[in-house]
Amino acid sequence: MKLSGSQILLESLKKEGVDTIFGLPGGVVLGIFDTLYHEKSIKVILTRHEQGAIHMAEGYAKATGRPGVALVTSGPGATNTVTGLTNAYMDSTPIVVITGQVPSQMIGNDAFQEADIVGISRPCTKYNFLVKDVKDLAQIIKEAFYIATTGRPGPVLIDLPKDVTFAKTEFKYPDKVSIRSYNPTVQGNKWQIKQAALAITKAKKPVLYVGGGVVLANAHKEIRELAELTQIPVTMTLMGLGAFPGMHDLSMGMLGMHGLACANWAVHDCDLLVAIGARFDDRVTGKVADFAPQCEVIHIDIDPTSIRKNFKVDIPIVGDVKFVLKDLNEALRDSFSQNGDLKELRKPWFAQIEKWKKERPLLYHQESSVIKPQFVIEKLYELTHGEAIVTTDVGQHQMWAAQFYKFKNSRTFLNSGGLGTMGYGFPAALGAQAAFPEKLVINISGDGSIQMNIQELATAVVENFPVKVAILNNRYLGMVRQWQQLFYENRYSSSYLDRTPDFVKLAEAYGAVGLRATKPDEVEDVIQEALRVKKPVVMDFVVDPNENVYPMVPAGGSNYAMVFEDPKPVHDDKPARMADPDSILTA
Amino acid sequence: MQRIISVQVENKFGVLSRVSGLFSGRGFNIESLSVGTTTDPSISQMTIVTEGDERIIEQIVKQLNKLIDVIKVVDLTENEFVEREMALIKVHARSEDRAEALRITDIFRGRIIDSSPTSYTIEISGEVRKIEAMINLLRPLGIKEIVRTGRIAIAREEAKMLVQRERKVAEG
Ligand SMILES: Cc1ncc(C[n+]2csc(CCOP(=O)(O)OP(=O)(O)O)c2C)c(N)n1
Repeated sequence: MKLSGSQILLESLKKEGVDTIFGLPGGVVLGIFDTLYHEKSIKVILTRHEQGAIHMAEGYAKATGRPGVALVTSGPGATNTVTGLTNAYMDSTPIVVITGQVPSQMIGNDAFQEADIVGISRPCTKYNFLVKDVKDLAQIIKEAFYIATTGRPGPVLIDLPKDVTFAKTEFKYPDKVSIRSYNPTVQGNKWQIKQAALAITKAKKPVLYVGGGVVLANAHKEIRELAELTQIPVTMTLMGLGAFPGMHDLSMGMLGMHGLACANWAVHDCDLLVAIGARFDDRVTGKVADFAPQCEVIHIDIDPTSIRKNFKVDIPIVGDVKFVLKDLNEALRDSFSQNGDLKELRKPWFAQIEKWKKERPLLYHQESSVIKPQFVIEKLYELTHGEAIVTTDVGQHQMWAAQFYKFKNSRTFLNSGGLGTMGYGFPAALGAQAAFPEKLVINISGDGSIQMNIQELATAVVENFPVKVAILNNRYLGMVRQWQQLFYENRYSSSYLDRTPDFVKLAEAYGAVGLRATKPDEVEDVIQEALRVKKPVVMDFVVDPNENVYPMVPAGGSNYAMVFEDPKPVHDDKPARMADPDSILTA
Repeated sequence: MQRIISVQVENKFGVLSRVSGLFSGRGFNIESLSVGTTTDPSISQMTIVTEGDERIIEQIVKQLNKLIDVIKVVDLTENEFVEREMALIKVHARSEDRAEALRITDIFRGRIIDSSPTSYTIEISGEVRKIEAMINLLRPLGIKEIVRTGRIAIAREEAKMLVQRERKVAEG
């Protein structure tokens, strides 16, 4: 029997196990949405903005490990996906985005709602397709999912002209694909793994530097085994949080610009750095010349271009982190069983790390009158027992969440790490909630960020997603204000938000629940109430507008030279400047 | 240092822009790029001339390899290779200069492929140095227009065999 392009799309998505699509219709995709009208096995979640749809697909993918799917119309629908595609590309998130396109005969004619989305999205997708013939459609969908989910995962876009959705052909879904020019390396080189094992056995002051690749590869068990077997302390990037339990004895917490002192100092002092699924991002390394200056470096990554891109590596291993770690653990098991008491060997190193931990722990001072933002995060952690899926937007609140919520499990901290997209967190939370209706999902946001995709409150209410939003409301674009204070002599150019909306009323206007805390002793009650309600809730925490994120490595500075509190003014009227605002490493 | 990189790609629309977009997007330099099909019509061959230090070239080769449509990347500069470029040069050739133009064309084994009462169009191919030398000699006559193909290059067969032999030894 012959099927139309729309039906083929639907049947193919079913074959790929897709259960949820995020999207918003328009002229050229009406046929597809019509086909979905009676479909029971695929739920379509209507968003209020296409950017929301893409971020939801990302949240779904990050929380589940399965590809997220979005469906939007041509032209403006398609261009609204660009930020999300770039975001997914930077964070290696597997999503498949289907955009409608004007009919084939009209492509290139500046037709109504035409945009060259294949051209526009080329640099921000792992791959993209324009479907020219309905006969190719099934094959293309198969390849799209294959490319999105294998190797270093990423976003794939399929541009589907209207006439192709109506054209008919015989449907046969391919069982397998092989693309001759695309063969990601999965197994690591055995000889290199042996070298790595040798280096680990010999090291006295080793550190594991764990990135988002470990989460992507579902290698959290293997990382834990490696750390415990070899007794190596672990530090994580923002994207790696959750890959190793935050409360584990071997955890040093996050490293980098707002990382913990002990983590940054340990990396600076170590004699062996094992980088796993991490890419030496500039937010992590600070001044590269001073990052891990005197150690041997092992780098494990599925993407060969990540290796030696901006950092020297002595032992590179290309492969899927999970496979490589299995082999590495295997190779290490023998030598470590013969190695006597490892804890004894590492004693001086652990003593040093303990000393650093005590010397410079994470600190803030909660007074009686104003709520400190860090206090809110600590309470959230306490009252959810660290079991929630937490998404954040971008800014100070994101860093406080990373510092003060101790993530236990992989895939429970969803973040825009690579692109740093304000407006990501709330829709991502909805995507995670769509995947796990029973789980507790919290979006920690700022009063600036939440306003970038707040319209999705309507989606949350309609879908009855019990997502909790915790706004750390400081009336500022807080992170920008912090930089202006530290680097631009308190000139708060365009960072004061002045009239932020009444978030409680706004929540109510959408049909959600709004709660507010203005004093420290109200924080716990508000959170308890939010957790009790089985509805979307917006919590407006009115926090100290002048609180800054510390510790901090000044832009362009070295990770060991961290700053722990506001620098004292030099003269009464002139605040001290921390570093060069024109550094190539920027906000 | 200048490098010549040979890239085999799927012969599909959009591939050229993926490759050139990779260079522009990552700030790599393209000095020349030429493309044509191979004996297998589904595969195109690109010759890319670029410049950069070891680290940049390593990144260029890896990034090219990472593109889904790229089948094979070879840095020809690592071994022996032969290269050619072709140019079409239109020069003024007034009666008093015509003999000189012919003589230069002859020395460089070029060919006149079009002539008019006031001009010649000369076809020349060879190594870049040769083409540049010829252009320099023609310059006094007055050059009206030059069109160059960019370089194409291919590994020397002997070198290729040697590399294969070495690889076999290395792999035991
Ligand atoms: C889409 C987008 N625009 C601009 C920025 C630059 N930026 C980074 S942090 C920040 C301030 C965020 O303010 P808010 O959401 O209120 O969070 P806070 O820092 O106050 O916690 C801005 C504007 C960005 N990351 N993303």
